[in-house]
Amino acid sequence: RPGAAAETALPCLAAYRTDEGQPWVLPVVRKVEQMIAADHSLNHEYLPILGLPEFRAHASRIALGDGSPAISENRIGSVQSLGGTGALRIGAEFLRRWYNGNNNTATPVYISSPSWENHNSVFVDAGFKDIRTYRYWDAAKRGLDLHGLLEDMEKAPEFSIFILHACAHNPTGTDPTPDEWKQIAAVMKRRFLFPFFDSAYQGFASGNLDKDAWAVRYFVSEGFELFCAQSFSKNFGLYNERVGNLTVVAKDADSVKRVLSQMEKIVRTTWSNPPSQGARIVATTLTSPQLFAEWKDNVKTMADRVLLMRSELRSRLEALGTPGTWNHITDQIGMFSFTGLNPKQVEYMIKEKHIYLMASGRINMCGLTTKNLDYVAKSIHEAVTKIQ
Amino acid sequence: HVEMGPPDPILGVTEAFKRDTNSKKMNLGVGAYRDDNGKPYVLNCVRKAEAQIAAKKMDKEYLPIAGLADFTRASAELALGENSEAFKSGRYVTVQGISGTGSLRIGANFLQRFFKSSRDVYLPKPSWGNHTPIFRDAGLQLQAYRYYDPKTCSLDFSGAMDDISKIPEKSIILLHACAHNPTGVDPRQEQWKEMAAVVKKRNLLVYFDMAYQGFASGDINRDAWAVRHFIEQGINIVLAQSYAKNMGLYGERVGAFTVICSDAEEAKRVESQLKILIRPMYSNPPINGARIASLILNSPDLRKEWLVEVKSMADRIISMRTQLVSNLKKEGSSHNWQHITDQIGMFCFTGLKPEQVERLTKEFSIYMTKDGRISVAGVTSGNVGYLAHAIHQVTK
Repeated sequence: RPGAAAETALPCLAAYRTDEGQPWVLPVVRKVEQMIAADHSLNHEYLPILGLPEFRAHASRIALGDGSPAISENRIGSVQSLGGTGALRIGAEFLRRWYNGNNNTATPVYISSPSWENHNSVFVDAGFKDIRTYRYWDAAKRGLDLHGLLEDMEKAPEFSIFILHACAHNPTGTDPTPDEWKQIAAVMKRRFLFPFFDSAYQGFASGNLDKDAWAVRYFVSEGFELFCAQSFSKNFGLYNERVGNLTVVAKDADSVKRVLSQMEKIVRTTWSNPPSQGARIVATTLTSPQLFAEWKDNVKTMADRVLLMRSELRSRLEALGTPGTWNHITDQIGMFSFTGLNPKQVEYMIKEKHIYLMASGRINMCGLTTKNLDYVAKSIHEAVTKIQ
Repeated sequence: HVEMGPPDPILGVTEAFKRDTNSKKMNLGVGAYRDDNGKPYVLNCVRKAEAQIAAKKMDKEYLPIAGLADFTRASAELALGENSEAFKSGRYVTVQGISGTGSLRIGANFLQRFFKSSRDVYLPKPSWGNHTPIFRDAGLQLQAYRYYDPKTCSLDFSGAMDDISKIPEKSIILLHACAHNPTGVDPRQEQWKEMAAVVKKRNLLVYFDMAYQGFASGDINRDAWAVRHFIEQGINIVLAQSYAKNMGLYGERVGAFTVICSDAEEAKRVESQLKILIRPMYSNPPINGARIASLILNSPDLRKEWLVEVKSMADRIISMRTQLVSNLKKEGSSHNWQHITDQIGMFCFTGLKPEQVERLTKEFSIYMTKDGRISVAGVTSGNVGYLAHAIHQVTK
């Protein structure tokens, strides 16, 4: 079915697809896997509780940048985790126990409206009792509701925790501009709000690792203590190996030490120590200049394909004269796009055209291929003109 | 505002061992199998499975939340036995867990949320150090039943039966399926039968922790006997399995959590709730170790090879126990060291007192935990004589 490649019916199965609609194991990953398989000096012994040291250090470097003052000042910590989810959960468990008092389950946690639907469950299961939303998506203008967002931050109780998407906001694909991030940071600093970044798409969004980490690094340079939950599922294509990292930025080395000692206790009762395979692949890649360059290239391949699909879809819709404005397709970034289609139009797409979107109008850009672009564009055109 | 967490006692032992420059030093705190050269051992069947997997060049798509189906089914069959009525009728659910710890934790969270009859989990005294924090973090309370008798270094059966018979009905009781950690003391089959009867009478929720199937006696069926007996008696147990030791897959984090249900319909409902617990923890489990374990369990040749290898690991441990006792006799020790060979599995409660343990460390560079527990895996034919000599010196 031509429309089938655009399908993403199950939220947790957000994965990159090639132009042939197939999963893609990054060539550098294949190479490193074969190296690992051939290396019989490697064994399957337990990793330390906090994970593979080389992985932890390099993963955090990727997020914060080699020149990060936090790294040179020795005030960062890392916890290898089971995917981005695991990093979020360990961070949430820590904050519930040790942030804003001891075991303060009443600290408000703010999640963007909308957000990845698992964010809510992570913080609820970690014990937080007061989960709120902050305004984010403006359906009318199909962009960021910056005014609403800042207003919600102004009104939030001091020390509230805010879950921020580092880049490629899921599900809207709409990120604040650098200038908007600066405004956000200013309010958060003044209100003593805690930034908990979710970084699942570094490199995958723009094709450039540094660009996609700009917001996190800006907050660090502004002196924030923060958490950053990193996932290597998408940018390394290591979905099923569960490779993630919780980066902790604290005010000094002693704080980091104490935080990590408590993180160990949390990890010990959740999974004891993390899985070895995925961390080995990432660490091997990041510590070799040649493999690192290959990886960046592979990441850019994925990002470029998505960016191409965005621009191709937009240009087709504009050429068809589809009612409405379609620049949001290319303004948005990452795997997902909020098309702006309403539930009735979405139903038309699914039932009549066999193109699967979420009821929210969210489409997985990875499902687009050069072969189905025309069909998808025409179908959107039909949906918008036939259904109101 | 963040307190420094307490140092891990076992880690402390390893750290001190690393710093010691004595060439005769021994690390008897290690919780992983070592071969007769004191080296980590990667099973041949694991190497073969890995090579096969690498050659297939599979994709890296997410596993389902409940894990790799071929693995979970084979894991259930391994524990329950292929002829098990519970297995054949499908009145069970098995989800992949992050080794033993992760599987225990999923189960603990599940019971906290759905087993409303009790908040109390009864652990044997002593139990694995991590059991208490796992259940506590899951929101349950810990109680204990007598288990180890330090006077005899064996099972305090009458004490255990006495305590268990008084456990409030519908409480949760945790049992080590085999190779009790840390004591190495397991009930005999007749004793298991009596325990099952009492547990059934008290209507207790039985939680089995099976981290050593095959690794204890060398026989996977024998090591699963208690689990299977309880189920046959009509007790719908829950079970956490680990493949860290019996397949040497420690760092790959392979495990499973199973709930025996009244029927397949209930199993479906339980599975849906387990998935709701797992998703906000880590979304879905890691594939590498599960693929290896699945290939081994499901390939006749690899499975055969595995059974031979797990037996050889168990045999080496048993042989070290035997040699330790005979060496102690040779040293002229007048103490009764029978418990060393009566006990089973990786660990041995020697009966040594803290002062004696301290002397072993200071005078002989032999490292173990203060409770006198040794990991037999750290003993080799090359150092068993030295160990016997040292133990005799501090106990004569």
